[in-house]
Amino acid sequence: MTGARCGRRSLSNAVSVVIVGGGHGGFQAAASLRAEGYDGSITIYGEEPHLPYQRPPLSKGMLLGKQEERHAILRPAEFYATQRIEVVRGRRIASLAELPPSDWVILATGARNRALPRDGVFYLRTLGETAEIKQRLADARDVAIIGGGFIGLEVAAAARALGKDVTVYEAGPRLMGRVVAPVVSDYFLAQHEARGVRVVLNSTAAPEADLIVAGIGVVPNDELAREAGLAVGNGIAVDEFLRTSDPRIFAIGDCAEYPNPYAGARVRLESVQNAVDQAACVARAICGRPAAYDAVPWFWSDQFDIHLQMTGIATGFDRTVTRGDVASNKFSVFYYRGGELRAVDSINRAAEHMTARKLIAARARVTPEQAADESFDLKSAILAG
Amino acid sequence: MPNITYISHTGASRTVDVLQGDSIMEGAVQNNVDGIVGACGGNLQCATCHVYVDAACLPTLDPMDPDEDSMLESAAAPRQMNSRLSCQIRVRPEHDGCTVRTPESQ
Repeated sequence: MTGARCGRRSLSNAVSVVIVGGGHGGFQAAASLRAEGYDGSITIYGEEPHLPYQRPPLSKGMLLGKQEERHAILRPAEFYATQRIEVVRGRRIASLAELPPSDWVILATGARNRALPRDGVFYLRTLGETAEIKQRLADARDVAIIGGGFIGLEVAAAARALGKDVTVYEAGPRLMGRVVAPVVSDYFLAQHEARGVRVVLNSTAAPEADLIVAGIGVVPNDELAREAGLAVGNGIAVDEFLRTSDPRIFAIGDCAEYPNPYAGARVRLESVQNAVDQAACVARAICGRPAAYDAVPWFWSDQFDIHLQMTGIATGFDRTVTRGDVASNKFSVFYYRGGELRAVDSINRAAEHMTARKLIAARARVTPEQAADESFDLKSAILAG
Repeated sequence: MPNITYISHTGASRTVDVLQGDSIMEGAVQNNVDGIVGACGGNLQCATCHVYVDAACLPTLDPMDPDEDSMLESAAAPRQMNSRLSCQIRVRPEHDGCTVRTPESQ
């Protein structure tokens, strides 16, 4: 993926890039710039004391003790030294005016957990918070989870696997209701209950337990952009090239609201895929190879031994069909809107998920009848486009 | 600790000690070895830790599970008989001395 050299106006005059945010997106922007042949300076400002790390293991393997902090750290210090990437840690940037002059700024400020107006509730987004929850989990007998979304359910699964008495309180009528179809919600409800997790739907109760963890969504960190007078919607507003209203400033990852061609709408996605692919897109733009961002969205959630993999944007779906038998614990759900395939969720069907990513990318025509028919070869629809 | 040798598509070779129980992907990432990305952190979601395992080492590996098999189909570089996703190979003593080659693209 190495391109021609870029990042230098002349032998003695290097370009500079400042990245605000030391999460997965910020790291990847720096790494991708180097991979693209960018030769100028790169500085990452991160708020946390750690080197950039990945967050998915926090609510999964780390709570279970299967993974340690060192597994989450994306690259060792040596990487940043050899790649000439300066990482300034523990530094919160409150205003773009604090930054040194640079040719380009990449905002990868992420999001923060929405908080409840009460004390004694823990939230999981950082390594520090994970360590605290893990420690308290060890001593807890019962655990209350507020929010039946991905994070809440992953923490519930981990706590239950550790033998805790676990109850999930969800304000809506079903689990993961914001993103998946009722058939998927119902499946996960049954699976959690079968493993001894109590689930209370339509609940806005303020539960008591030895440990209370809330996962009730996030708020994009867009204050820097607001303060700088950049356009902001549901997150920092960017165009299809991920440029903010100041073309020298990009925004990527959880903090950025962008026009998503698969959704046909402006969206803000919270995923590793989105952060990583947007980072690479911006690196190419800085190296003079701009292209509209159109990577296929995909997501995953692991709960107990169940692998949920999603691709596309299901928002606004008006029909779903199920491929495979739900009772077999291996099935996929195809989401349609106006007759077009928009998204596919796969449960314990990794191969089908990978095919689905290609179907969504190709805007393939798969009728609901074909999707429901297991004898129909989905791959043939990719080729047909 | 078992030694694992990583050889890039250009022939650059690095041998590092990988902690028992860590994956060959983690061994590369934590030791700053080029050629392995591991974007999803070892969750069988991205196929960016594709390696070609040297013949001498192949018999020491556990068979691939179906999910790894299907992810390999989506790897950026051509799949070969000795293709594996290095996040799925947990290093054990018998892997000491294993060599893996990294493809040109991940």
